[in-house]
Amino acid sequence: MKLQVTLDAFPYLLEAAGTTLWISLLGIALGQVIGAAVCLCRVSPLRPLARFGAVYVSFFRGVPLLVQLLLVYYFLPYVGIDVPPLVAAIGSLGLASGAYVCEIFRGALTAVPKGQAEAAQSLGFPPAAIWRRILLPQMLRISLPALVNELILLLKASSLISVVGVTELTRSSHTFAASTYHPLEIYLTAAFIYLLMNLCLAAAGAMAERRLAAG
Amino acid sequence: MNDAPMIEMRGVSKSFGTLRVLDGIDLTVDRSEVVCLIGPSGSGKSTLLRCINFLESYDTGEVRVEGRLVGYVEGNGRRRMPDRALREIRRGIGMVFQHFNLWPHMTALGNVAEPLIRVRGLAAAEAGLRARAMLGRVGLADKEGEYPARLSGGQQQRVAIARSLAMEPRLMLFDEPTSALDPELVGEVLQVMRDLATEGMTMMVVTHEMGFAANVADRIAFLDRGRIIAYGPPRHVLHESTEPRLRQFLQTYHERNNF
Ligand SMILES: Nc1ncnc2c1ncn2[C@@H]1O[C@H](COP(=O)(O)OP(=O)(O)OP(=O)(O)O)[C@@H](O)[C@H]1O
Ligand SMILES: [Mg+2]
Repeated sequence: MKLQVTLDAFPYLLEAAGTTLWISLLGIALGQVIGAAVCLCRVSPLRPLARFGAVYVSFFRGVPLLVQLLLVYYFLPYVGIDVPPLVAAIGSLGLASGAYVCEIFRGALTAVPKGQAEAAQSLGFPPAAIWRRILLPQMLRISLPALVNELILLLKASSLISVVGVTELTRSSHTFAASTYHPLEIYLTAAFIYLLMNLCLAAAGAMAERRLAAG
Repeated sequence: MNDAPMIEMRGVSKSFGTLRVLDGIDLTVDRSEVVCLIGPSGSGKSTLLRCINFLESYDTGEVRVEGRLVGYVEGNGRRRMPDRALREIRRGIGMVFQHFNLWPHMTALGNVAEPLIRVRGLAAAEAGLRARAMLGRVGLADKEGEYPARLSGGQQQRVAIARSLAMEPRLMLFDEPTSALDPELVGEVLQVMRDLATEGMTMMVVTHEMGFAANVADRIAFLDRGRIIAYGPPRHVLHESTEPRLRQFLQTYHERNNF
């Protein structure tokens, strides 16, 4: 083991970890929006919308993320849409996590008592206000542990975007491992950084949970 | 329009699958009248109440509130009325639920102010002012900052009543408002309702509180298997009617309450 190898590579790995982190955060943010929208479709009384939601979830849960990434990366340019790797990466993560978030939200929705929406209906709330002010905040609170879990999974899954040429933590480690001939040191360092990031996310999640529970 | 009765139900029927829950309900409630609805569990009391603000749809017949047909387009068979029109009717009708249905992520003040903002379109400051006054009216001025989880059942129900009243409804529906309360908390909620009746609010109250029905109601309707089989002033329904099912219901009630 050579400590110097790790020390030399560390700043670069850290920078790459930053990329991993913000891509993952953007991915989950997009996933929230997509997940909420698809969830609305799934529970909609309109048949075609509900069917669309179900198909969406089946597809994005059923096809491996790596294959989805490659599809986006190769297919879109093929039909004449030129997407930068970063956009393809964030988009893919968002689309995929949207499917999982949708199911998390759907579970949370059934956990909100029916009377919550009924009280609002009886007062004359428009449907959009019922969703935004009554249901979503409660769904978010209920699903927070599952969402943090999803974020951690996503952060780890983001290592896959190295295949479309984004220099995130895994790809960067790969490069250093090859150029320094010290793969063990480099990958151990990468593992440590991943672990640290996820521990921080878990802690932040726990804190948010406590704050929400207090309110 | 304004001399139409507050509620007018004509031949209202409703089935869940093959179960006929309401079976030809005819009922008229005038302005400032308090009508109590009593009957055994499963007789359709909640369903009847929920048809009045169309939280539940009805299959046949008509429900009119202040002359306006509820839920369906006038003279157009069973075509549903547009959501906007239904909301317009609903904001004139307050409803109080057995389990309060306060929103747990908002304070007492937030619960009362929210509908004023979202439905009446008031600015937050103005809504807060009115909400505060409403909480004062139900004796909870000092609890405005509390979340529902930190209030007693009786306090929660009073917040729920304040939430409805803040919308200045012309009709209030109560579905067993005290059934989920510990016995020592029932009184404070009934007192608020009694005051409301005195002020001339039109009220329809599903209740098992016979004392309240006897003293406050102008009329009592006894519902059994989806039909109103006794209707009239409290004295008549509670003491004079010879309807066997009503006698049996009251008998059971007395036995349960006389230890
Ligand atoms: N959404 C529903 N789907 C199917 N059946 C229902 C539904 N709501 C009510 N019912 C049935 O309709 C009947 C009447 O119900 P309702 O709640 O109106 O009775 P209730 O008189 O209010 O009874 P309780 O005193 O127990 O509240 C019951 O048999 C009930 O099981
Ligand atoms: Mg009931």
